[in-house]
Amino acid sequence: MKEIVIISGKGGTGKTSLVASIASLCDHKVLADCDVDAADLFLVLDPQVQATNDFSGGKKARILDEKCTACGKCVLSCRFEAIHYPPTAGRAVPRIDPTFCEGCAVCTRICEDDAIVFEPVVNGQWFISSTRYGPMVHARLGIAEGNSGKLVTLIRQEARRIAEQDQLDFIIVDGSPGIGCPVISSITGSDMVLVVTEPTLSGQHDLDRVAQLTRHFNIPTTICINKWDLNPDITEEIESKAAEQGIKSAGRIRYDPAVTKAQIMKSSVVEYTGGAISEDIKSVWRNIIYALG
Amino acid sequence: MNIAIASGKGGTGKTTISTNLALTLVERGKAVQLLDCDVEEPNCHIFLKPEIDTSQAVNVVLPRVIKEKCTGCGICGQVCEYSAIVVVKGNVLIFPELCHGCGGCTLFCPEQAIEETHRPVGIVEKGTSSGIRFIQGVLNIGELMSPAVIKGVKKAADETDVLIIDSPPGTSCPVIESVKDADFVLLVTEPTPFGLNDLKLAVGMVRQLEKPFAVAINRCDIGDEEVWRYCDDETIDIVLQIPDDRRIAEAYSRGEMIVHAVHEYKGLFEDCWEKISILYCPDVKQAQE
Repeated sequence: MKEIVIISGKGGTGKTSLVASIASLCDHKVLADCDVDAADLFLVLDPQVQATNDFSGGKKARILDEKCTACGKCVLSCRFEAIHYPPTAGRAVPRIDPTFCEGCAVCTRICEDDAIVFEPVVNGQWFISSTRYGPMVHARLGIAEGNSGKLVTLIRQEARRIAEQDQLDFIIVDGSPGIGCPVISSITGSDMVLVVTEPTLSGQHDLDRVAQLTRHFNIPTTICINKWDLNPDITEEIESKAAEQGIKSAGRIRYDPAVTKAQIMKSSVVEYTGGAISEDIKSVWRNIIYALG
Repeated sequence: MNIAIASGKGGTGKTTISTNLALTLVERGKAVQLLDCDVEEPNCHIFLKPEIDTSQAVNVVLPRVIKEKCTGCGICGQVCEYSAIVVVKGNVLIFPELCHGCGGCTLFCPEQAIEETHRPVGIVEKGTSSGIRFIQGVLNIGELMSPAVIKGVKKAADETDVLIIDSPPGTSCPVIESVKDADFVLLVTEPTPFGLNDLKLAVGMVRQLEKPFAVAINRCDIGDEEVWRYCDDETIDIVLQIPDDRRIAEAYSRGEMIVHAVHEYKGLFEDCWEKISILYCPDVKQAQE
């Protein structure tokens, strides 16, 4: 069983559209949408939810008004500036803003009046679903919630469990942009990272950083240049620089307005059109299989 | 005025709008600072090509055990909610990447055997480009704590007429850190199902933070009508619409500014600023308070 993670560094390069196409090209796999901040794969794959679970990324502190003596120790101890006195006159009880509470529990422990409780919070939900292309694990992180890294880890674990149980060949993971916490959680221990980039200076710059990240974690990496014909010179340059670093190219995908049209029709690109772009995508997928050995 | 440019979905044009808006305002004689808070993948510098004059490390707290004082009691491990400090057979192990710097271990150690040192997780660079004061943060590779670097970027800002914050994509911690001090948020999207879905998430976020906001639609002629319908239903103002123009895409690919490469679009950014000024209108707000 092989786990392939599709990331990009730069956002909006076409990760999710490519994952949707891979979903329709690859048999015996489970899909995992680990872009929990902006999960969009469901818009194309129309999953039928089989099981819904709450996700709790940790605990948060809450002040019990009736016990609080407004001594202010918690306000001073909070390094995340999450505890404030309300801007009203007189002796008021401080408030903890859950958006900024990082769940360190320092306030709970420092309070001498047992007036701060520390309780698990639900940060989102995760789902096991069936799609026309097989099982899918995905999630919805609550608005303005943290702990996306933990949720990503959970989704990958569930996808792996399903893959083992059903003896599937592939886990296809849709990752998030950037190089931070959720990206690190989505790539560690995977078999291959596919970086989808675009032939722009921004794409090139961001690819460079994401390639440093995959090297840091020692994960085999391939790239694929989307909309390559937008700037053939930069495409060449990206591929030759990548080759110098031992990063293989899985191929190029041309620019085609069909990508947006397919999205509107809730189809993957290869389902929507038999045009040249679908051949590009099929070739990228073949090269990935080949690179996996 | 402090305006954050954000979006749920990546690659919708935050950096394009941040840099072109900054340049438009400088040319109108305003003092402008641009903060690149997308510290995982900062790109504004590609377009502004600033001369960097200062560079400073961003440090986060790292607890250090004073061995002579430590009794191996294990309290530090018990109070750490992040498993960043673990006590095994009387030995204290610290995992720096997991530490949130809450100060709990130092505070609760009965022997005062833990002191706080610092370790770098990124840098903040300051410079100037075409009259724009430019500040960017760069997260070190392999680090998790991008909000710490974003804080560092915001701290480095000075008093100015207009502060433009280029935020990272998404709706979680790094984005919250980037937009939480903004007076106004401009949410950038594109008229596609993905764009709309992620716009809804971003709208949820700015509403929770109680920020005034408006929407910019990039590549406004590529998809369907649903983003306009949504904004209409939710009475959200659309203050900027940029057409899908191959000249823009090509200029972008080479790291050029739209207002330089395709002059006719300069007016779009001027209009956008007018609309935001009317919507935000600090004078009216002050009068109400």
